[in-house]
Amino acid sequence: MKLRRSMLFVPGSNTSMVCNAFVYRPDTVMFDLEDSVAIEEKDSARLMVYHALQHFTYDDMETAVRVNPLHSIYGLLDLEAVIRAGVDIIRLPKTDTVEDVLQMQEVIEKIEFKIGTDKKTKLLAAIESAQGVVNAVSIASCSDRLMGIALGAEDFVRDLHTQRTKAGSELMAARAQILLAARAAKIHAFDSVFSDVRDKEGFIREAKYIKDLGFDGKSLINPNQISVLHKIFAPSNNDVEWALDVIEASTNAKEKGLGVVSIDGKMVDAPVIARAQWTLELAKASGMLGGDE
Amino acid sequence: MIDSKEIKNITKLTPNKADFFKASSKNHSGKERFSKICESIEESIKRSGLKDGMTISFHHAFRGGDKVLNVVMDVIAKMGFKDLTLASSSLASVHDPLIEHIKNGVVTQIYTSGLRSKLGEAISKGLMEKPVQVHSHGGRVHLVKSGELNIDVAFIGVPAIDRFGNATGYKGRSKCGSLGYAMTDARYAKYVVAISESLEEYPSFPASITQDQVDSIVLVDEVGDPSQIGEGATRMTTNPKELLLARRAARVIVNSGLFKNGYSLQTGTGGASLATTIFLSEKMEEENITASFGLGGITGTMVYMLKRGQIKTLLDVQSFDEFAAKSLGENLNHIEISANQYANPSSKGAAIKQLDVVVLSALEIDIDFNVNVLTGSKGILRGASGGHCDTAAEAKLSIIVAPLTRGRIPTIVNRVNTIITPGNTVDVVVTDQGVAVNPKNIELKQRLKKAGITVVEIEDLYKKAIRICGKPKPINYSDKVVATIRYRDGSVLDVVRALA
Repeated sequence: MKLRRSMLFVPGSNTSMVCNAFVYRPDTVMFDLEDSVAIEEKDSARLMVYHALQHFTYDDMETAVRVNPLHSIYGLLDLEAVIRAGVDIIRLPKTDTVEDVLQMQEVIEKIEFKIGTDKKTKLLAAIESAQGVVNAVSIASCSDRLMGIALGAEDFVRDLHTQRTKAGSELMAARAQILLAARAAKIHAFDSVFSDVRDKEGFIREAKYIKDLGFDGKSLINPNQISVLHKIFAPSNNDVEWALDVIEASTNAKEKGLGVVSIDGKMVDAPVIARAQWTLELAKASGMLGGDE
Repeated sequence: MIDSKEIKNITKLTPNKADFFKASSKNHSGKERFSKICESIEESIKRSGLKDGMTISFHHAFRGGDKVLNVVMDVIAKMGFKDLTLASSSLASVHDPLIEHIKNGVVTQIYTSGLRSKLGEAISKGLMEKPVQVHSHGGRVHLVKSGELNIDVAFIGVPAIDRFGNATGYKGRSKCGSLGYAMTDARYAKYVVAISESLEEYPSFPASITQDQVDSIVLVDEVGDPSQIGEGATRMTTNPKELLLARRAARVIVNSGLFKNGYSLQTGTGGASLATTIFLSEKMEEENITASFGLGGITGTMVYMLKRGQIKTLLDVQSFDEFAAKSLGENLNHIEISANQYANPSSKGAAIKQLDVVVLSALEIDIDFNVNVLTGSKGILRGASGGHCDTAAEAKLSIIVAPLTRGRIPTIVNRVNTIITPGNTVDVVVTDQGVAVNPKNIELKQRLKKAGITVVEIEDLYKKAIRICGKPKPINYSDKVVATIRYRDGSVLDVVRALA
């Protein structure tokens, strides 16, 4: 399973950010062509993102683009451009129903066929309304292109007739629903952005909270939040030691031709080994065990 | 041997009636009392005996807020002096009016650490016949002590002074803090004019410049603009790239093998450098490490660490902001040092020789680790040598921090426009796209790799920079030399040519 802790939002019209975002090493970079781009910059932003996606600086990073809705005059143009440029993931602007996903999927399939690519562009659905949350379970399992669902909190709280609070109780139901839907469909779950970039403590609190809930990662709007988030998602030293022990024991067992071994009286079977491997991968990605942060 | 004839002569000696007694007044007992205080800058210049062709000096502790140099130069120009050598420890953008004095032949030679703004541009285009001599902070003292830079009259702006010449930088309105660079001029100039805006009661001690060094005093309305003296230095950056660089630089230091109790550090101004200090401070707290001293240009961040007991002593040759300037007068362990005590290579004791870690910036770094902090990508003079080559040469670990590219300009290049710091004195280059270790430093490279830091070859950084930016067109220079880069020992390291 790919590590997707951090998904960095980059406004497609912000030249400097488009040119520089790769240096911050988010797990996924998400160029936005929708809400952060002014009407008069829609075309130039699309062109810039089209080039950025093909630039070598983004070669070894997962890329996503949030396109404009298909019912707008920009949606199709966005898709035509970014799929040609080889984007990995299309983030749907607002997903209320299964139809929203399927409609997008159909358009993407047509473009892929037209350009003769073997690449199967993945989809990420953003749940931003009460209707979307209610439909989350069916949305999450409606397409094999769907790699995850994400909460878009700002629009959602407006739809709920409430506002964002530091405590986050207004998002409780939506977070739980989205997480369960994603887990049931075996896809990724992403939490919403934390918009007050100056409030580092608040960000840390929220990031710890959503990690404990079980989210895979979080959308970010400021590169400074990446290393903070990765630190929170890093495994503890104890977990890493445990994982190293598990891998060592299972390797020894394999060499000796033993099927199952135990550590401290606990059986080490395939799921345990998989969890240990995941822990070590996460450790490396978090700058532990000789990995770069 | 003294023979009897000379001894006889001594009895005939009469009290000295030298010129300076003319400014004296008689006290109640009829003894003549000499006053150092002049009515005007013009009077002080007359008293100094300044002549065409002589060398005058200034210091740069007021940074962008300096109100002394331009005023004095205007008076000198009005008095009709020509062919002077101007030796300012550095020059800021506020000193652009010098262009006129150069055009009019008042100034025909310049010694400085830095050149910027319109002045730098004009000189790059060939304004002066004689090349500017660009020196480091330590190298300047060496040039003075070795006799090449022979200061006839030093004009020293000071925030506060008493009537006999005892001056400090941390009293008065325009506090600049340390007078480290001025101390050299006060000691070695043949004639010293102190210019101040605040008169303290005599005797005003402790003093950075003392009564036995000062010939004349002029009181003016203002010597500096407090809002400009430390401008830009204390700002904690929110720029993500600078923060990334700073985190990485701090990580390099922490894993360098030098990060232990009693280590010492120097970090400059600028976003990344300041942030590095803050990240180091956090790490020092985490690991319960204290530093024995912080050196160089001192910032409020360093003062904060001093107050928290994280740094035991600050050795301050220049105060970069108002917090540092104020602290110098308040904290016993915040010590003012002269440029000679700071960085002069021929000094009996330059503090940099005790320094562990220095964090420096760069305009360009080349694949041989040479660093340029003086000329921009268009070949124009727009920076300062400062203490760059001094600290890089002497610190146990010299770290250069710079982004791989700035806009469309590569920072890592094949060959720097101008060498200020030779590559063999540079240990590590930290960029946003990897850390390069000087190949001579095998052990450090292994240490950093082991700590999980991405260590790359500097050639690969160069290739990447070129891939992003494209290969810059070579600068079109003429043959004319406009600046000579003097290394800290006085030798010529490089030259800057005029733009064609």
